[in-house]
Amino acid sequence: MSDTAADPRLLRAPPKKGLRLSWADERLRAIVWQVLVLGVVVSIISWLVSNTSHNLEVRRIATGFGYLSREAGLPIAESVISYSPTDTYARALIVGVLNTLKIAIVGIILATFLGTLVGIARLSKNWLLSRIAATYVEVVRDLPLLLQLLFWYAILQGLPGPRQAMHPMEGVFLSNRGLKLPWIQWQDAHSFALLGFVAGLVLTVLHARSARAKQMADGKPRKVWPAALGYLIGLPVAIWALLGAPWQGDIPALRGFNFQGGLTITPEYFALLLGLVMYTAAFIGEIVRSGILAVAKGQWEAAEALGLPRGLIMRKIVLPQALRVIIPPMTSQYLNLTKNSSLAVAIGYQDIVSISNTTLNQTGQAIEGIAVIMAVYLTFSLSISLFMNWYNARIALVER
Amino acid sequence: MADITAEAAPRGHQPATAAPRRPPVLAVGPLAWVRANLFSSWLSTAVTLALGYLLVRWAVGFVDWAFVNAIWSVPSVNGTAQTQACRALQGSGACWAVVTEKHRFILFGTYPYEQHWRPAICIVLFIGLYIVSAMRRFWRKELALVWLGTLAVIGVLMWGGILGMPYVPQERWGGLVITLILSTFGIAFAFPLSILVALGRRSRMPAIKMLCVLYVELIRGVPLISLLFMASVMFPLFLPEGMNIDKLLRAQIAIILFAAAYLAEVVRGGLQALPKGQYEAADALGLSYWQKTGFIILPQALRLVIPPLVNTFIGFFKDTSLVLIIGIFDLLTAGKTAIVEPAWQGFGIEVYVTAGLIYFIFCFAMSRYSQNLEAELNRHRVR
Repeated sequence: MSDTAADPRLLRAPPKKGLRLSWADERLRAIVWQVLVLGVVVSIISWLVSNTSHNLEVRRIATGFGYLSREAGLPIAESVISYSPTDTYARALIVGVLNTLKIAIVGIILATFLGTLVGIARLSKNWLLSRIAATYVEVVRDLPLLLQLLFWYAILQGLPGPRQAMHPMEGVFLSNRGLKLPWIQWQDAHSFALLGFVAGLVLTVLHARSARAKQMADGKPRKVWPAALGYLIGLPVAIWALLGAPWQGDIPALRGFNFQGGLTITPEYFALLLGLVMYTAAFIGEIVRSGILAVAKGQWEAAEALGLPRGLIMRKIVLPQALRVIIPPMTSQYLNLTKNSSLAVAIGYQDIVSISNTTLNQTGQAIEGIAVIMAVYLTFSLSISLFMNWYNARIALVER
Repeated sequence: MADITAEAAPRGHQPATAAPRRPPVLAVGPLAWVRANLFSSWLSTAVTLALGYLLVRWAVGFVDWAFVNAIWSVPSVNGTAQTQACRALQGSGACWAVVTEKHRFILFGTYPYEQHWRPAICIVLFIGLYIVSAMRRFWRKELALVWLGTLAVIGVLMWGGILGMPYVPQERWGGLVITLILSTFGIAFAFPLSILVALGRRSRMPAIKMLCVLYVELIRGVPLISLLFMASVMFPLFLPEGMNIDKLLRAQIAIILFAAAYLAEVVRGGLQALPKGQYEAADALGLSYWQKTGFIILPQALRLVIPPLVNTFIGFFKDTSLVLIIGIFDLLTAGKTAIVEPAWQGFGIEVYVTAGLIYFIFCFAMSRYSQNLEAELNRHRVR
């Protein structure tokens, strides 16, 4: 290949690989800039740290997380696990985390449900329904969440007392002490039935998977729902029946000045839930609407041309495509709801922020208190986004 | 072309002139609209009737509460308001008297009473600034100067101490003007910072990129409240002894840092949406990094993200209300404090409705503006 060797383009010397000590060298500039920026950041941080440690010494504030094992002495109104003021700070904080989870999980489920309804309602052919949904979205989105929380809390506090409680049906009371609902007396059999339900869920997923694998192999669709029904309802009911089928209602009733028995939803939790769900649902509604609109009309028409029934079109054609548009912004709404649940502190629901704030006021250890709050929320944020990223990757378009 | 068709049409054959017929009543006009949009099917009719009934009932109840049974002012004896009339009507009629009585406090907080004209002018200046910034014909470099000038004038008016205006310390500022200060100054400082962070996050220098990613993800992973707590209880520990920054400024810094992280992600979206050819063309012209960024990339990238930027601004405007939790006197805190007085206790709903109306006016205006702007900026694509 003598003519290739003669090609003048190949005779030119390749650019030198070494670093030149000149400002014109891009790589040198990059190094200098990075060293400068890092130097500034590190020196600012070390300045702050030295100030802080000096201040802590002067003010005789203890450092470290030793306080976690001390007695908290702070009363907590509602708790998922057993707690008394004589327990440690660590346990109080765990109660706070659980309270945050309690509001976040219930809030996410309800907001998704309500938001989907709102999104579909906005697309309805019924003018009145779509206008009402649109007005709801516009009004709720343009008011601060904190204001909405205070508003709901003021309304709940303005309700009549237990004696004049609203009593729409047997066992349900709405008063300024919160919402009272009938419940069952929880026994071990119920816990086992709940475990059975979880096991049924796993079995259903496995069954659906194997059914799909078989369909892939021979092309025949198989019905999943009879087995799913058996796993999800039959299994828990069977376990419950085997353990003696205990069933004793716990109906709230007015005794003296307050209610006895039943399930209590405190005004604080109720106001927070109402505010968070209404607020987030408005945003979710918009996401759902844009997701459904994003599916091209041709998809509906093509599916109809294939003769598929409408429900199947929705389930197999439209929804999977809409979900791809919906999932990423939905993730950030779930994260927002979780972070917004920290506003609980303003109406006195004791979530992690509220309890950690009380802790730091009692111990004076501000840095540790805030570090706890931040660590908890970072963990939540990361777990939700990891889970949603996994789910998103699962439903993503598989391209060749 | 016209005469060809004329030629092609058979001549001398006039179509029989039919009397112009009106379309069926049920195909056009309001009746048809109602039929198609409200009563198109049994289900639709049921939904319309049910919603219509609920709506009318609710509207009648609301009008009764807010206007018919409402009390607009109450007598006051020895400086204490007599609110018995309101108490008697609680639940069936609104007590707007609390707003009549406390509107100065809700708007201006504890600012000295005779000096209320100063924050009032500031509010007008802020609104003027928003309107000027919203008009596209003013979108040029001088606008930055206008902002600097207006913010300086507002600072002078609020603090005073010169031109015969008595000095008013920051602890006494409050009400709507604090909400406007926190959000406007917040955006004015957060926006440039966010551009730097967004550029840093797309930088090829690993150390700078890492710093920016860390900053954005840390801030976005925690609630604003934790940052505000940090500003109120932790920040004083950071500073050397004797140096003290007041609470409002600390909260302002927290809001700026928070806003910048979110805005940076919006700006980054714009940077990523810009076609790669723009970057390459600028490189091919031999422009330096800052020339490329300043003249080619940012003008286009920012234009792309104006609608989401405005939406983010709306979010911050609402989020400034969170300073309530660390006890700074913004609009919402002033409203909440107005009903602490025993005479007015329990009239929270009226106050929150009023404060909500103020927030709503600002946010609704911004959101409408953003929608119009989006339509206008996308006009060339629709065609």
